[in-house]
Amino acid sequence: MQSLSNRKKVVSNKKMTFLERIYLPAIFGGMWITFKHLFRKNNTLKYPEEQRVLVPIYRGLHVLKRDEQGRENCTACGLCAVACPAEAITMVAAERVKGEENLYREEKYAELYEIDMLRCIFCGLCEEACPKEAIFLTDRLLPANFERDEFIYGKDRLVEPIDQRIDISKRQHTGKRTEL
Amino acid sequence: MNLETFAIIMGGLTIGSALMVIISKNPVKSVLFLVLTFFFISGNYILMNAQFIAAVNIIVYAGAIMVLFLFVLMLLNLSKENEPKNSVFVKFAALVAGGILFTVLIAALKDGLVIAAATVDQSDTIGLVENLGQLLFTKYVLPFEISSVLFIAAMVGAVLLGKREKQLID
Amino acid sequence: METSEIIEKLLFIGLLFLITLGIAAYATYLERKVAAWFQDRIGPDRAGPFGILQPLADGGKLFFKEDFIPAAADKWLFILGPGIAMFTSMMTGAVIPWSSDIEIAGNTIELQVADVNIGILFIMGFLSIGVYGIMIGGWASNNKFSLFSAIRASSQMISYELAMGICVITIVMLTGSLSLNKIVESQHGMNWNVFYQPVAFIIFFICALAETNRAPFDLPECESELIGGYHTEYGAMKMGFYLFSEYVSMFISSAIISILFFGGFNFPWMDHFNGNTLAILGVIAMFTKTFIFMFVFMWIRWTLPRFRFDQLMHLGWKSLIPMALINMLITGIVIAFNEGWFN
Repeated sequence: MQSLSNRKKVVSNKKMTFLERIYLPAIFGGMWITFKHLFRKNNTLKYPEEQRVLVPIYRGLHVLKRDEQGRENCTACGLCAVACPAEAITMVAAERVKGEENLYREEKYAELYEIDMLRCIFCGLCEEACPKEAIFLTDRLLPANFERDEFIYGKDRLVEPIDQRIDISKRQHTGKRTEL
Repeated sequence: MNLETFAIIMGGLTIGSALMVIISKNPVKSVLFLVLTFFFISGNYILMNAQFIAAVNIIVYAGAIMVLFLFVLMLLNLSKENEPKNSVFVKFAALVAGGILFTVLIAALKDGLVIAAATVDQSDTIGLVENLGQLLFTKYVLPFEISSVLFIAAMVGAVLLGKREKQLID
Repeated sequence: METSEIIEKLLFIGLLFLITLGIAAYATYLERKVAAWFQDRIGPDRAGPFGILQPLADGGKLFFKEDFIPAAADKWLFILGPGIAMFTSMMTGAVIPWSSDIEIAGNTIELQVADVNIGILFIMGFLSIGVYGIMIGGWASNNKFSLFSAIRASSQMISYELAMGICVITIVMLTGSLSLNKIVESQHGMNWNVFYQPVAFIIFFICALAETNRAPFDLPECESELIGGYHTEYGAMKMGFYLFSEYVSMFISSAIISILFFGGFNFPWMDHFNGNTLAILGVIAMFTKTFIFMFVFMWIRWTLPRFRFDQLMHLGWKSLIPMALINMLITGIVIAFNEGWFN
């Protein structure tokens, strides 16, 4: 069969020639290759001083968005939890009572919303599944921690604070769905 | 401090470490003291201006042979239970045999010392490489070559042992 | 020996001691830097500008770690092991001639600790003693894996000493002297031994790699796979001694290679200089050669994969020793021919 990459080599157990058997040419060849690397540009990023520029669609830490009036978008439909391949999302739904209209946009809301960041694989399927534009992945990085418990993010850390909105306007899924 | 006091100190150290070889209970430590003894013997050679022999003594005995000794000892299971129990009779026999060996050694060395004194005084450069080589390849050429035959015999024996084992495996 | 001479020697020994330790310390830094360059990285750059204080930081760390001795270990031998390893690698530096004589205020100072007329045998002797540091360390740890590693290391060192010794013999045959000074003098200018004995050089170099337990012969240690081999049980500065002695012996063997095969402190067009200028240029030449070889040691380490143990023994006993013997035979025949034995 013809090789697609043209790089296929047939392995054989043929007897090596004298030059191959003393290995020195191969050794010098290898050393020449490493020597060439001395003059290559290095790929190191000096992290705390220099930071890698993340693309706008980078899939980092999640955020639960609020709408323009500061109400939580999430309606606890559970589509994100169904879509999640790692089963990292847990939620408990609750009904909005009178007087909470300024807190939750829909009549049903998530009383409890947890993402286990140790399970999460940051695939972004929750973001794709969400019909309410409530959950988004952002370009923030998941901070390291010493305790496993600390990696279970509840609503306290997922919902964006009203006074510090998180910009997701550059993401692919914003604005695709019309106002429901 | 002159050379003579130095020689006496060196000799004392040699004997001391040689005694430690026998006294120490742990065989590995015995071997290490033996290595130390070889070092002191080399020191004695250097005091006699025989640098070549001193270096070769260290390379051959301390560097090669004693390493092989240590190899074997390290792989042995040296626990207290495996130690052979010597009866009083065996101890007595060892004492007698050792005493006899000691007497013979003294008798032999007594004559040897006289000869050594006679030869060493001739020149103090006898231990240097050039003179040693000259002597080995002229005056003592026959014993030198015969000892090489001895080495070849040992090597042939080793090869033979190795070969036989291979046949058994086949 | 006069008192001034003794003081002069002591000063020189102290200086050499400091230089050797300093170079060994910075060899660890250089090793990490070279590794980084070969792998398109930067390497240590946090401690001081370009990370040049890294060796101090490493040493400080090793000093302040807990000095731990396993309960079942033989205490004295456990301490003795790294000491012997360090001692033997430092001692070989005693007979190396660093340059021709230098004159300061009317005093002629030899840039060599001891001009022994059997210098090369002295080095071989201490090389063969170096095995004990590893063996004692491995055995005294009372750990079967350390013991295995110690046996691996020492059988490797003993095996490669033979081929190394035979290569040295060819050089000695060529020079007609065991003194390192005479060997260097006989290579005046560009009359280097490597041009006469390329095979011996290659064999000697391979053996030097094996003797210092460096890649591709670092299987006693296998830093990346086994947990350090014979110094598994060691910690703090005692382990530091083992690691350090490797770099000291790397420095010393680079110096020996440059003396035996690359003319030591000789350099081309050296006849145009004399006196102190010659001596200082000689020191520079000697150190340049030594550093080049240290770089090559590192270069090889970060290029070649490791040998398997049977391949190692195969190479040592079935390739290098016969090759070295044949090389010695041919050298002997050529020397005899030149001296007119066949006429």
